[in-house]
Amino acid sequence: MAKHYDKLIFEISSDGKEGYLLPDTGVEGDFSKDAIPEELARADEPVLPRVSEPEAVRHFTRLSQENYGVDGGFYPLGSCTMKYNPKINEDAAAMEAFCGLHPCQPESDAQGVLRLMYELGEMLSEITGMAQFSLQPAAGAHGELSGLMIFKAWHEKNGQADRKRIIVPDSSHGTNPASAAEAGFEIVQIKSAADGTVDIDALAAALDDKTAGLMLTNPNTLGLFETRIGEIADMVHSAGGLLYYDGANMNAIMGYARPGDMGFDVVHVNTHKTFSTPHGGGGPGAGPIGVSAALAPYLPGPVVARSGDFYTLEAAGENSIGKVRSFYGSIGVLVRAWCYIKTMGGDGLKSASETAVLNANYLKELLKGKYKLPYDVVCKHEFVLDGLAEAQGGVRTLDVAKRLIDLGYHPPTIYFPLIVENAIMIEPTETESLETLDSFAEAMLRVADEAVSCPDILLEAPTTALVRRIDELKAAKEPVLVWQG
Amino acid sequence: MAKVLDELYYTEDHEWLRVDGNVGFVGITDFAQGHLGDIAYIELPDAGSRFAAGEVFGVVESIKTASDLLMPVSGTVAEKNDSAEQSPEKVNADAYDSWLIKIELEDMGELDKLLRADAYTELTKE
Repeated sequence: MAKHYDKLIFEISSDGKEGYLLPDTGVEGDFSKDAIPEELARADEPVLPRVSEPEAVRHFTRLSQENYGVDGGFYPLGSCTMKYNPKINEDAAAMEAFCGLHPCQPESDAQGVLRLMYELGEMLSEITGMAQFSLQPAAGAHGELSGLMIFKAWHEKNGQADRKRIIVPDSSHGTNPASAAEAGFEIVQIKSAADGTVDIDALAAALDDKTAGLMLTNPNTLGLFETRIGEIADMVHSAGGLLYYDGANMNAIMGYARPGDMGFDVVHVNTHKTFSTPHGGGGPGAGPIGVSAALAPYLPGPVVARSGDFYTLEAAGENSIGKVRSFYGSIGVLVRAWCYIKTMGGDGLKSASETAVLNANYLKELLKGKYKLPYDVVCKHEFVLDGLAEAQGGVRTLDVAKRLIDLGYHPPTIYFPLIVENAIMIEPTETESLETLDSFAEAMLRVADEAVSCPDILLEAPTTALVRRIDELKAAKEPVLVWQG
Repeated sequence: MAKVLDELYYTEDHEWLRVDGNVGFVGITDFAQGHLGDIAYIELPDAGSRFAAGEVFGVVESIKTASDLLMPVSGTVAEKNDSAEQSPEKVNADAYDSWLIKIELEDMGELDKLLRADAYTELTKE
């Protein structure tokens, strides 16, 4: 096993080392003076690390060994859909025909990628039941922001600019109120009903002529399907509001239910959750948004249009909220999503959702008893436990999570959603085998037993990981985000 | 079991209010600090700011979550507790010793709408 390594590349830099040689520019005279306008030229040399090639390779390889990814083990992080991403997606995205393209290339030279974008939009429309998609947003939260800007533009167009309030349930993802605030809305939070779903009375009380819309996931954050969604949509629409669908939990319902049919007006999908593209970590992401026919003119542009066998980029119309990202979106990510949907097919996607739900229910049944299960019903793709049924020595949910690291697992999501005090949120996804699910359940049950028989093991965990318990408070209070050199 | 002091007033959102004449001290309860866990930040309003009862006057952020601070009664901020803002761990250590803001109350009648110790204890048992 690798040893702990946490250096910055600047810390292994030493003067005089060079790992590369730049070719001659072929430009006569002093390139930096003659070719770059003076006002654009920097005054000082950039501070770059000086390392040899093997040092650079070892540096990044060792850092990568600190990582825990779904290619290394089970990753039941609730609400994140950490499914295995098939490697064929990587083959497709690495094709020269895609990665060698220049974004300014003429349409006639880029028919392949334009067709792929068109088809992806069509497939996402079919899966979600929406009229049209924009592939531009760079992440789920960016999709939310773009969708809420469409809400705003729609209300303004209809002379209702004073609709300033967005309603969110108290179980919602934190990004929902954050995106709404970023888009300039006020947030109205409503309490969930005792069964964990939307409280119809609380919703009725919150709706008025200032309501811009409601943001919802379905199934919700507890993994429960909002069975009264039709009624909820009617209520919001009658009050003059719009419905936003956070696609975070789309993995539970593909081929079974569509947000468009439920009455949602704007939808985002997280390609990194549902459609097997890599999860962020700061890298490029994609959060395409789909809208109803009425809202299609408000989508960011350009959008890909088809005329016979020729694909074109159509500029945005006057009602569009405008561009939300440079060029056309994270193309490499979109290629992977297209590839996934095409390899799975409609039946494959439906079966993926079915297995995701089956796996979640299987684990839920194995774990309830030793762990408290606040909503003991058939769940969708994930479920939420309310901590240990029995524990000694002050052991709590956090300690269970830390102990699971020792046993070789990425911990589930903890302390979210906020409405479940000691929440442990587990989402196994469809890509895990029965053997993996059984081993994980065995580990969880072992931890539950240890919490009673030898709580110190949990309180001291992790002991076998590369680092021990991290000072999260210090990290939050005194974050060091850039090289301090 | 979270500590509840008899002489204080409480809100359903877990703020406490200590009243001395028409001056009040506002903080968060022991129950609240226990549920928040280690507090990383507290953001408080400057003296002179006025808030109605139930309005958000600040934010407390812990490792687990961020919560709005709600005004128990209407009033104007006379002073904020810099020491709590700078060292939020003091609120974790003793939530009743570290008040957050000192206020001038406007309407003593509003006190009737707040919870007393027994009702608040009952609330936190749920």
